[in-house]
Amino acid sequence: MKELRLMKGNEALAEAAIRAGADAYFGYPITPQSEVIEYLMAQNTEERTGMVVLQAESEVAAINMVYGAAGCGKKAITTSSSPGISLKQEGLSYIAGAELPCVVANIVRGGPGLGTIQPSQSDYLQAVKGGGHGDYKLIVLAPATVQETVDYVKLAFDLAFKYRNPVMILSDGIIGQMMEKVELFEQIPRSDKVYDWATTGKEPGKDHVIITSLQLQPENQEKVNLRLQAKYKEVEKNEVLYESYNIDDAEYVFVAFGSCGRITQKAMELARKKGYKVGQIRPQTLYPFPVEILSKLADKVKGFLTVEMNAGQMVEDVRLAVNGKKPVEYYGRFGGMIPSPEEILDAFEQKFIGG
Amino acid sequence: MNEELIIAGFGGQGVLSMGQILCYGGVMQNKEVSWFPSYGPEMRGGTANCTAIISDEKISSPIINTFDTAIVLNQPSMDKFEDAVKPGGMLIYEVNGMTRKPKRDDINICKIAAYDESIKMKNTKIFNMIVIGGFLKVKPILDIENVIKGLEKVLPERYHHLIPLNEEAIHKGIEIISYENKLN
Amino acid sequence: MIMAENLKNPENLVYEKTKVLTDRVLHYCPGCGHGTAHRMLAEAIDDLGIQEETIGVAPVGCSVLAYYYFDVDMTEAAHGRAPAVATGIKRVMPEKYVFTYQGDGDLAAIGTAETIHACNRGENILIVFVNNGIYGMTGGQMAPTTLENMKSTTSPRGRDVKTMGAPLKITELIAQLPGTYYVARHSVHTPANARKTKRALKKALEYQKEEKGTCFIEVVSNCPSNWKMTPVESNKWMEENMFPFYPLGDIKVPQ
Repeated sequence: MKELRLMKGNEALAEAAIRAGADAYFGYPITPQSEVIEYLMAQNTEERTGMVVLQAESEVAAINMVYGAAGCGKKAITTSSSPGISLKQEGLSYIAGAELPCVVANIVRGGPGLGTIQPSQSDYLQAVKGGGHGDYKLIVLAPATVQETVDYVKLAFDLAFKYRNPVMILSDGIIGQMMEKVELFEQIPRSDKVYDWATTGKEPGKDHVIITSLQLQPENQEKVNLRLQAKYKEVEKNEVLYESYNIDDAEYVFVAFGSCGRITQKAMELARKKGYKVGQIRPQTLYPFPVEILSKLADKVKGFLTVEMNAGQMVEDVRLAVNGKKPVEYYGRFGGMIPSPEEILDAFEQKFIGG
Repeated sequence: MNEELIIAGFGGQGVLSMGQILCYGGVMQNKEVSWFPSYGPEMRGGTANCTAIISDEKISSPIINTFDTAIVLNQPSMDKFEDAVKPGGMLIYEVNGMTRKPKRDDINICKIAAYDESIKMKNTKIFNMIVIGGFLKVKPILDIENVIKGLEKVLPERYHHLIPLNEEAIHKGIEIISYENKLN
Repeated sequence: MIMAENLKNPENLVYEKTKVLTDRVLHYCPGCGHGTAHRMLAEAIDDLGIQEETIGVAPVGCSVLAYYYFDVDMTEAAHGRAPAVATGIKRVMPEKYVFTYQGDGDLAAIGTAETIHACNRGENILIVFVNNGIYGMTGGQMAPTTLENMKSTTSPRGRDVKTMGAPLKITELIAQLPGTYYVARHSVHTPANARKTKRALKKALEYQKEEKGTCFIEVVSNCPSNWKMTPVESNKWMEENMFPFYPLGDIKVPQ
């Protein structure tokens, strides 16, 4: 039977990692996500499931520990918040280049620099465009609730191993810190599966396994890149997730993700009450992005408004999807400020209805 | 029913756990709930607050700027949140340590001397449960028994012997809260 | 008459390449110590019969391609991160033997934090540190271990310790940490020294089996190409200049 609990997003994420059968967590404290490692330590995971939990000396070390464990074919996860995620970009690039599976959660806070500890979505572009050096992508999941956080931890491991690619859960300080009702899935046993790509000790009579992202010949590096691109095409074909609200009769469509998606939903309801036919798309995967539905909607609606807790990042992807067919406007707050449903409605009226 | 609540006071007054207990009570009563704390440096020695939403319907936005009820336990919190109460809403304040009375006349105002009462009950730690009792008297959104069940979830097992005392505190709060301004 | 075929007969065989090294031709420069250091480590693994239980981590630097040469499962780490990667491996596969093989720039400059903290946690791994006082792969820049007044492409008038810092004796520093169990410094420039290195490496792997903590073996080595010397000159220069500052021998031995 599934269990119903009231949990903080960060603690629920940690609990979900244990239940997803994770083999290892490596992390470093940073607000607003330190509850993840605190919860894991309190749970005594070594005894509970045998999961390794280690506080690393830095985010850089943590992601490299993930790289080592992932290279052994183990389910490894790390979490951090924006400044720490910047430090992890080197490791993420290596993991993507070596085609290893892992899960990384970013409980985003406002930036740039040390910024603020308050919630933000200003790491959108970093997350969906790769983030580190080289041509690669992370699969990016954007939960809007504590429940989705839990569900996406499991999904993230599944996708990471399906595509042998790092998966990022792009959350924020709201979802990390808030408590909500959550239904937990049952414990998935840790796996002892041995993968032929993993460093688990050379098998007699077989070639030794090498995990590397280095190619000295450009011809070979191009082959690696082509293989990665083919993989991303598959991801784009198979893994798009989004929620739509009131789009059947919509004349305008709001596009917002994560916690901002919830706030925008309230704005949409207020707009409906005022008689505007507004619908909403909430992308749940940010990469792959729900291009097709937005492109279809562009043929029938009058315009789009993206609402983001950043200076306008996802709006670029919405504009690419809409491809000039209809106006795409942006409204947002940033630096840790959170837009209210009322101000979103105001912005919509100003931009589309006329003040 | 949709109750949007802020609870604010000094760190150490049990502000965050009050919100959690009410939310867990909501879970026990099959309500939708969300709880969101102030976090970071302002937690350390300064003021603390949390918002709690308890609703019959799915909660779309966990972040709110105006409230059906504000429970304020110190003067800075009253100064900050009095104006954020929706017209016709409710302000509950703890009298101890306040230097002024609330100014608004378009909202319900209740006062409670929970701190003095907790001293009389020889345990200042149950201060916040007295306030919860007062809140539930004037805003009966949850059954007391469900709130107690919620408390069992929030309180570590080693403190479960204190549950009867906490229940007593809730009833004391129900008894001592009083209206200072009551709208019709 | 001695024929080539006769030479290959088993009874004539006195020495053969360890099976823990692959048949790939090494890319190292002539006279470089890496080849011998690789061989000593590979022989130690071979002698202990743990080829199939060993996982190695290669660095960034001249030995970046070490994964081609060691016939064990290998991972290539980002610059300086090998001890963190090894930590990740060892923590999820504690029954395996895990080693890193790193140069001075990798271990003692960009990877200082990872090195010190892996050693301080007493990660049950072997760290092999090859110190030739220069960045070889990138073409002879100053390393953290470059000697005072030693010339490099980024200290063309010699290392000025006032502005560039003094050479870092990281091995002595590492030996201070409670997490390290066995710390020693050797070289591979003569057969006798190479044998000592191998003995140390073997001991370190045995300690790993006994879960004693981090073992750290430095190999002071040469860089004929970037020191701009012949191999013979470079070994002589190493003896005269490197060894006085980086003396060979045990630094921390089990009590």
